[in-house]
Amino acid sequence: MKIVIASGKGGTGKTTLAVNLATALAAEASVGLLDCDVEEPNCHLYLRPSFDATEPVTTLIPVVDEQACTGCGLCARACTFHALLALPGFPLLLPELCHSCGVCAYVCPEEAVSEGQREIGVLGSGEVGNLYFRWGRLHVGEARSTPVIRVTKDPASAPALDTVIIDAPPGVACPAVETMRGTDFALLVTEPTPFGLHDLILAVETARQMGIPCGVVINRMGIGDSRVNDFCGAEGIPILLEIPDDRRIAEACSRGEVFAAIDEAFASQLRAFASDLHACAEKVASP
Amino acid sequence: MSSFQPEMMSLQANARPIPRQLVVLSGKGGTGKTSLVAALAALVSDKVLADCDVDAADLHLVLDPKRRCREPFISGKEARIVPARCSGCDLCKEQCRFDAIHVGRSNGGRSFCEIDPILCEGCGLCARVCTSGAVELMDAERGEWFVSDTRHGPLVDARLNIGGENSGKLVTLVRNEAVGLAQEMGVGLVLVDGPPGIGCPVIASVTGADLVLAVTEPTVSAVHDLQRAAELVQGFGLPLAVCINKTDLNPEIAGRIRMMCADLGFPIVGELSYDTAVVRAQVEGKSILERGGSVVADQIREMWKILQSMLEKVEEQK
Repeated sequence: MKIVIASGKGGTGKTTLAVNLATALAAEASVGLLDCDVEEPNCHLYLRPSFDATEPVTTLIPVVDEQACTGCGLCARACTFHALLALPGFPLLLPELCHSCGVCAYVCPEEAVSEGQREIGVLGSGEVGNLYFRWGRLHVGEARSTPVIRVTKDPASAPALDTVIIDAPPGVACPAVETMRGTDFALLVTEPTPFGLHDLILAVETARQMGIPCGVVINRMGIGDSRVNDFCGAEGIPILLEIPDDRRIAEACSRGEVFAAIDEAFASQLRAFASDLHACAEKVASP
Repeated sequence: MSSFQPEMMSLQANARPIPRQLVVLSGKGGTGKTSLVAALAALVSDKVLADCDVDAADLHLVLDPKRRCREPFISGKEARIVPARCSGCDLCKEQCRFDAIHVGRSNGGRSFCEIDPILCEGCGLCARVCTSGAVELMDAERGEWFVSDTRHGPLVDARLNIGGENSGKLVTLVRNEAVGLAQEMGVGLVLVDGPPGIGCPVIASVTGADLVLAVTEPTVSAVHDLQRAAELVQGFGLPLAVCINKTDLNPEIAGRIRMMCADLGFPIVGELSYDTAVVRAQVEGKSILERGGSVVADQIREMWKILQSMLEKVEEQK
């Protein structure tokens, strides 16, 4: 089962929940944790894997054969993303804008455009204790994170796992949607505040539009008001876990410590939560 | 780093001076960008506000804007297949690089291709390969943007559709509209609430900025993310100031941030205490400056004095 941990708003505790839940579950089952917040990955700060992210992640970019190119400019005109500029004699590529769609190669009448690789990020994967961990990291200055997210999520090279937990980037734009795509259940983490509620509503809409069943985790319970609970009640969205606003948890997080690894009560609460989650996901998946 | 950053405003011949742009970033989400921008909005007169966190904009929740105008954000293309014309050959499906096309079946059992609008990036390859002219390319509406009046001055903000492409373009649009509005009004400052992360919307937010304020907090995650955001800002050759929010949450890590910033030459312009009054203000639909009763309000006032002098220096250098 693939569970994505998402939220509209940043800083609500996605990574905290992801590493704690994965750690608590890994004691009893084979679990994978995939950090798909590739712009700002943080899971490794908690898990402290012995391996770095070093495997290159590349995207395809056009390579124009200068001998064959007649400078007709068809490729530049066909590029919706304005990644090719028609210059006299030869097109100029702006690689950050390229979406690797292949239109330029398709339209070139001289077959002068082939495709080459460009590195935009790195990937790391391996075992951390009894947990399988995989994380992607976008290079600073790169604009498009979705290709890195795609390979971080790609299970082809991962071992067989009972549960896969995916830490998503914040927001509801293409990086978050790419991360949520193909998952079985979305855990939406929020805070009981107006910002938390507003962005939760966006996240719920996203999950619904994508046909992914979802449940809510309210973090730092007690800091704000009850409007998140009211919203979930009115919309029939299950609130699966409420984590209290506990300074001990906040401090453990600030140091990059997995609270579930040092506090057995919290770990067993998370395991109970995970079995509720499985039951809930199965119920909504097969009504 | 992109070397091609069209700066529309500088191309405009305009008698009025170009306003300074202060962009608030963080790398990590949830460090307090929007709460801080709302407080600065209450404190600073003569500015235009721009919310560039276009996929989860929250500034309006505090500012309660009265919408003056609402415009669609149309950018790029969106492909659609007319089922009646589709032969079901699935050539487009084979060629699509974004897995956006799947084969559906009509009531009569005939198969035809369908495009998932969330996955479609609008490249148009399907329309080119289709032998039966079944693919239509339309201008894509990917969200909307607004100009509003608030009790703290004008606000330009936006709402990106779910899974929206081109968030960077919407950010650029919001920022440029805010700059244009400030010029029209003869106002010298645009205060930008930026998005989290370091990708396309962040790059679009810092393009053309005069000063970047990074809000961080003393946690290992926030420090890690600050370093990456700072690297991006430095790549643009922009001055960066740092604010440590909730500085007393972990004094040891706050100390590490001070050392790191000293090493890298980023001035720390303010340190804000952890105070639950900040969230209570948000619940009341106010900024912490309006709510009062918190040391954080005084700390933000002090921080603004330093930011103001940094902005003046930028002005002199221009």
